Amino acid sequence: MRRPLLTLAAALGAALLAAAPAPLRAAEEAIALPNTRFSFEGLFGTFDRASAQRGLQVYMEVCANCHSLRQLYYRNLTALGLSDAEVRAIAATVQVQDGPNDEGQMFERPGRPSDRFRSPFPNEKAARAANNGALPPDLSVIVKAREGGADYIYALLTGYSDPPPGVEVMQGMHYNRYFPGHQIAMAPPLNAGQVSFHDGTQATVEQMARDVTTFLAWAAEPELEERRALGVKIVLFLTVLGGLVYAVKRKIWADVH
Amino acid sequence: MAETLATHPGTPLGPEAHGAAAEHGEKRRDFLTLVTGAFAVVGAGAIAWPFIHSLNPSRDVLALSTTEVDLAPIQVGQAVTVVWRGKPVFVRHRTPQEIAAAREVNLAELRDPQPDERRVIKPEWLVMVGVCTHLGCVPLGQKPTDPKGEYGGWFCPCHGSHYDTSGRIRKGPAPANLAVPPYAFISDTQIRIG
Amino acid sequence: MASGLHQSDFRNPVVRWIDARLPVFTLLQKEYGTFPTPRNFNYLWNFGALAMVNLLIMIATGVFLAMHYTPHVNHAFDSVERIMRDVNYGWLLRYVHANGASMFFIVVYVHIWRGLYYGSYKAPRELLWMLGVVIFLLMMATAFMGYVLPWGQMSFWGATVITNLFSAIPLVGDSIVTWLWGGFSVDNPTLNRFFSLHYLLPFVIVGVVFLHVAALHVTGSNNPLGIDPKGPQDTVPFHPYYTAKDSVGLVAYLAVFAILVFFFPNMLGHPDNYTPANPLVTPPHIVPEWYFLPYYAILRAVPNKLGGVVLMFGSILILFVLPWLDTSPVRSMRFRPLARIALFLWTVAFFVLLYCGAKPPEGIYVWLARFATAYYFAYFLVILPLLGRFERTLPLPESISRPVLRGGGPLPAVAAAKPMEKA
Repeated sequence: MRRPLLTLAAALGAALLAAAPAPLRAAEEAIALPNTRFSFEGLFGTFDRASAQRGLQVYMEVCANCHSLRQLYYRNLTALGLSDAEVRAIAATVQVQDGPNDEGQMFERPGRPSDRFRSPFPNEKAARAANNGALPPDLSVIVKAREGGADYIYALLTGYSDPPPGVEVMQGMHYNRYFPGHQIAMAPPLNAGQVSFHDGTQATVEQMARDVTTFLAWAAEPELEERRALGVKIVLFLTVLGGLVYAVKRKIWADVH
Repeated sequence: MAETLATHPGTPLGPEAHGAAAEHGEKRRDFLTLVTGAFAVVGAGAIAWPFIHSLNPSRDVLALSTTEVDLAPIQVGQAVTVVWRGKPVFVRHRTPQEIAAAREVNLAELRDPQPDERRVIKPEWLVMVGVCTHLGCVPLGQKPTDPKGEYGGWFCPCHGSHYDTSGRIRKGPAPANLAVPPYAFISDTQIRIG
Repeated sequence: MASGLHQSDFRNPVVRWIDARLPVFTLLQKEYGTFPTPRNFNYLWNFGALAMVNLLIMIATGVFLAMHYTPHVNHAFDSVERIMRDVNYGWLLRYVHANGASMFFIVVYVHIWRGLYYGSYKAPRELLWMLGVVIFLLMMATAFMGYVLPWGQMSFWGATVITNLFSAIPLVGDSIVTWLWGGFSVDNPTLNRFFSLHYLLPFVIVGVVFLHVAALHVTGSNNPLGIDPKGPQDTVPFHPYYTAKDSVGLVAYLAVFAILVFFFPNMLGHPDNYTPANPLVTPPHIVPEWYFLPYYAILRAVPNKLGGVVLMFGSILILFVLPWLDTSPVRSMRFRPLARIALFLWTVAFFVLLYCGAKPPEGIYVWLARFATAYYFAYFLVILPLLGRFERTLPLPESISRPVLRGGGPLPAVAAAKPMEKA
């Protein structure tokens, strides 16, 4: 009697797997990504705050020279464990454009927590002009916008090497194992010792890549921890409710079956 | 297949049709149904909250809820209007005469008794939300050419409320004085509202 | 009681007062209380009610999202990010809405499949079925336009590709596409009208759902045996029996929904839609949302523009004439051994198409899609009409409360006189 239902359930499951686009379709062409264990993985993972704060430093000192992060505001940084005063200080390190003032002129002033992260270029054309025609993408949701997610970002940052024999790399491009097509306009962004971390962590390329990836994963999904915590409660609630509802149904149908 | 409509049963088989068999365990079903119903109602209530809360001010709105004002360019006797939380805030650099007028008033005469000293941090700077406490219009009196009402402060043209040089209601339908927003002097010539 | 008032049976005075003047309580009692429903539904019969709940969830979350969304090409992407980051529980509303679309299609696909398996489209339920197909078409249009609103890369290019389908129409195709766009490419006018229609169509769906349910309550529900109830012994009142059974399905559905929303909110989406729309750069693989993949595969299986478009739309429009293509008088495939195999193969073809739709249109995938497309149509146009003539169906049971005995054949009439017998 229940056979069609079971068959259909199995088929639906298979279909969802087949349709789950991100990981499966990525696997077709790109080289398998190294499996990096991040603190925020799994059903109950959370962001490693120390790592994300170091990642913020890497972003501010390295990435921010070319990449914007325009969906974020300095005020968001309190979620990484920074105090209000620290956030205010970080915001004040940049000059942002404001205005017009009473004379109708735009003017620059130090950043405030309610400002967006300052973009390195005023617009896309300026960004391309400064980067040989390539556009450094905004990093706000980059972890959600790339197949492979955080693993891919980490792999890309650590995947630079000399091209294998026989591979010609075009002028102004760089060889990267994990970039689709292997030729990327971005020069290797991370060099060992480039950043000096306040907490004394050794700034290896892998460490910086891991930290900045953690920071960007948080930037892309700042609601992740709250979402999972709420999800656990709701699934538990539904489990109990499901048991109760099933018992009621059994009871009601007892005299029919 | 045409008989489907015709042979459709008229009277349903209710639980009562099962007679004594159903009576047994009636109590347990009632309790179970009650608990399940209570659970479902709690769940439904919890679902409503995200919808309701989504209409409260969002984080970007709350983040912008302070405004800084530079007082240096405002001459004695002048007033400026700044925006705080989407509302006009009146900042008036009062003259000694205006301050004196505000402090001479007999509090017993006021509809909303409040000494002028409690409405200012520094006597020469009066900072108020420029929204009439009657029905939310913006009173006149900021520009030199504006009517200032019978008490030399502000006059609301919508329904004729008169405010004095301390922004207190003196005549007309408004029930309360113009509100003083939370603000602080962050330097001698700068205030932060909010 | 004054003449002209409805004769109400309710005891509560307030309910009675209202019911006498506007008999909504009588109507509810009749259609969802005592409504006689076949006693032998399996859990596949949950999915109609689930679809109704899903529609309400979509409308509720959609209305609240619309309060924060800005339908302008310069602000749409940012306003969605603002919903995700700054609006209280905005991420929850958006993820429920986005994954709710996927849940809606899962639920409706199961609902349609149940109708195919148990012959729910056959007389006298043809119009009920056709109204369902109308709902399905409206749903697809609504989902497509909703996917454009975040104004990501897939939004933009999906809109471009799908609207360009209409350029396949001879003579007037290009004019129609320009008219759809309100310009010479997908741009702000397109986004604005899509937003307006995306808000409107769900309420049209509500209207058609009302007709769908009204038609259902005229003919009564089909059931897994596909035979009509012969009397009270074959039915139970809708409440509490099916309200209780639907509630079980509802909680299970909500649990799946919750796991998707809270733990895998982007699993069924495409990463490219988190890149803002860029009219100058097409992503390397454009794919529609998963629920459109089978039709997308049909489109690409045909090496001719107009032909592909015709087959793609035809694959759904054919459902309108299904009640007349399937000529077998037996509804439930439980009693149709050959049709059952044919339908399972059709189901496989559907999933093959879904799979091929996600793959690049080259090599083996094209051929797979072509075979599957051919079978998809053959099932409706050749197999079902022929089976109606030549298939030997199994003997049908006497009634719902008396399932067929081994060996078949009609039961003695005395069986029907014992309604208390266990089913």
